[in-house]
Order: sequence, then structure tokens, then C-alpha cells
Amino acid sequence: MKYAVSFLLGLVVGGALFVAGLLYNPFIADRGLSPLSVSNAEVITLRFANVPAESIAYTNDGESLHDPHPEKVLQLWEAPIRSTTAMATVMRDARNQVAGIGVKFASDSESTRLLTGRAIVDSVWYIYLPEHGSLFIEQTENYFPFVREVAFPAWRSSANSWRGSWLGDLTVGPGALGTAAVTGGSGRVKGLRMEGVESISVRAFSADTGLVSSEGRILVELPEILDGIED
Amino acid sequence: MHVPDLAGELIRGETVLLKTFFLGIVLGLAAAAGVLYAIPAVDQVREASIVKVAPNGGNSETFHINLPMDRIMLGDAGQAGVVPPGLKWPADEVFADVRAELFKIRNARDAVVGVAVRTAATSQESNVIDWVLHLPARGSLFVNMDVAPLKGGFRIGEIASGSREFRPLSGFMAERWISNDSSEEGAPAGRIELSATYVGQLDSLATAETVE
Repeated sequence: MKYAVSFLLGLVVGGALFVAGLLYNPFIADRGLSPLSVSNAEVITLRFANVPAESIAYTNDGESLHDPHPEKVLQLWEAPIRSTTAMATVMRDARNQVAGIGVKFASDSESTRLLTGRAIVDSVWYIYLPEHGSLFIEQTENYFPFVREVAFPAWRSSANSWRGSWLGDLTVGPGALGTAAVTGGSGRVKGLRMEGVESISVRAFSADTGLVSSEGRILVELPEILDGIED
Repeated sequence: MHVPDLAGELIRGETVLLKTFFLGIVLGLAAAAGVLYAIPAVDQVREASIVKVAPNGGNSETFHINLPMDRIMLGDAGQAGVVPPGLKWPADEVFADVRAELFKIRNARDAVVGVAVRTAATSQESNVIDWVLHLPARGSLFVNMDVAPLKGGFRIGEIASGSREFRPLSGFMAERWISNDSSEEGAPAGRIELSATYVGQLDSLATAETVE
């Protein structure tokens, strides 16, 4: 009997060691600086409230961490869209002026590989900026660094919450340099193919209710032919 | 008289116990790695695509939106008919001429397969009607519609971009409102029909021969 207990205890410790190794694996490192941060090209900078309750509308399957907003919004409970979220939010420019509207659809990706530190979400943005036109952004995002450095410490804390300052790039593709593919649909950016990066800064997170204080940022690198566009 | 070596047995017992414990740890590590490797963390539910070969080349696929039950959000500066109740559409003048709608989209079997956004905006420079269709298991489509409708109530637009399965495709999409004359209780008021025609990119013969 004591050997069985010892073996089971070993199994549990082994499983726990594996999870700890996964979370603190030094070989799974953040990508560091975004390639667009060091670009000389002109960029459009867009900021948005990343907390669902501060968006225009946010919905999911109704059973996830974040509550849909407003309360009576239709939920995405059907099986093919159950792991999808939809958010409409106000986009602000670098001077914090209202610049337009953004809609983001994000779905859990089957290319997620936790063993290699990839918690992947396939997402697209539709952004309409009256001054510039419309943009379509296609990207794969990796939330593993966020889970490791924010969500897991919040879950482990006795208060089920995390406070601090975390800033990270979410975009990891499909561009070779880990950038999103951006297509201009109308206005001044019509027909242009560009690159972009989405990042978030988090100041407070609750393991019970999700993001408490967070802001998102999208950088879109403009081609040189569009010198006249300011962010 | 035989004196049992109790100390020796105790040490032997502890050693076996420790070995069992360490064996458990190794197997626990292996089991956790195996489970993560073998069981997919995400398994998207797929509805079989209903794609037809178009007579003049390419493939066609039809989606529809039953209204009002598939409308997730309607944001309009008019505020009179915002959906859902309680939605606060921004009062900023940037949004004065913008109307954005989020929908669930259905395939030809009336099964929900994705979500979509339709944005209509008027500005001094140009008027815009854009669609983005997002099918979680397949990818997304971005379509710029011609603002002027065609005869028969159609509006047609070009597929400007796509993601994943739709990335290498170009083509067109038509939108049409079909009202429902049925008097059945709970029947939709009508539906928006979206007919997409996909055309794949042609591979250059010279490139193909070089690869071979």
C-alpha cells in the first residue's frame, strides 16, 4: 500500500514539475522588441481599451473568463463559434484622439502547442478610420507569455489577482518577422499591403473576472509612398 | 539465536519506497508531456463546407444571416435602433456617418459557421461598405462592396484579402436582402444572402517546371 501511495505521490510531483518546467522554461523566451519599433518608416499608431467592459460591445460563449458586454448582447454559444470572441471598440490615435472604430474577431487556434510555449489565437481586425480608410489585419497571436507572466501569477496569488506593469507583443505571424498582414481596403490606404503588430499593456488582472486594467496598441507600418499620412 | 537485521530491512524498505517515488516522478513527467503532445489543446468544431464549382471557373459558396435573430450588434449614430439594448454608441463626430453591424453567419444548411461585420460609412472622400467574414475553423474574408446596388437589389464587391484558407484566393461576393413573406410565428423578417465566388491564383507554368 505504501508503495502505491509513494508511486501516486511521485506521479503528482512529476506532473507538477512538468507544469513548473513549462511555465519557467528559460528556452521559451519572449521575442523582445517588435521589428516595427525600430523601423524608420512612418507608422499609424492606434490605441484601444482592452477591457471588455470598456469596449462598445464584447461577446463570447458566455461561460468564459470575461463577461459579455453589454449584458444582453447575443452570445456565441453555437459549437463552431464557441471558442471565438468578438469585440467592437473605439480606436484612438497616438494623441489619444478618437480615430475610428475597430472590430476584432479572435478564435483559439489548432496550432496551439503548449509544449513549445505557443498558446495561439487566430485573429482578424477590421478597422475603419474616416481620415485614412479601412484596414484589414490578419494575425496569429501568442498568449503564452501573458499566461506565464500575468494570468498564472494571478491564479497563484491568494487574492486571485495580479497588479503590476506588463507590456508585450502578441503578434507572432503570419509575417516572417512575426508581424501581422495588413490590407488597405478604402481611402488613402486602398490596395496597400502593409505590416502591423498588436501589443497590450496590462496593469491589473483578476483570475476571476479577467482583465481589469489594460490597453491595447496596434502599429501599422506605412509604405514610403504615403508620406502625407500622420499617425 | 537468530537476530533479525531490522535496521538493514528498514533501510532496504526506504530505498524501495524512494525508488518507487522517483519512478512516479519520471512517469508523471512523461505522462504530462505525452498528454500535452497527444491531446490537442484546441479542437475547432467544423461544419462541412458546401462549396460548388462555378460554371465559369472557380468555386462558389453561399452564406446567410437571419434577421433579426442573428444580429449581435447594431451601432448607428441615430441611436434609435441600437442592438443590443444598452449599447452605448460613441457620440464622437467621427462616428456620425458610420454604421457597424455584427452578425452570426450561417451556411446553406442553416447552421451557424462564423461571425461577420458589415460597416457602412459615408465621408467626403468616399463611401464605404465593407464585410469581414470570420469562419473560425477556416479563416477570414475581407470584401469591399461597390456602394451602388445593381439591378435586382444586389450589391457586389471584390475580395480584397483573406486569411488562412482564404489567403491565396481572390474573387467576388454579392449581398442581397431577401424578405420573408411567411406568416409563421418566430420566422425571421428576412435574410441577408452572401454569395462568394472564389478564384485561386494560377501557378506560372515556368515556375512549376523550375520546381520540378
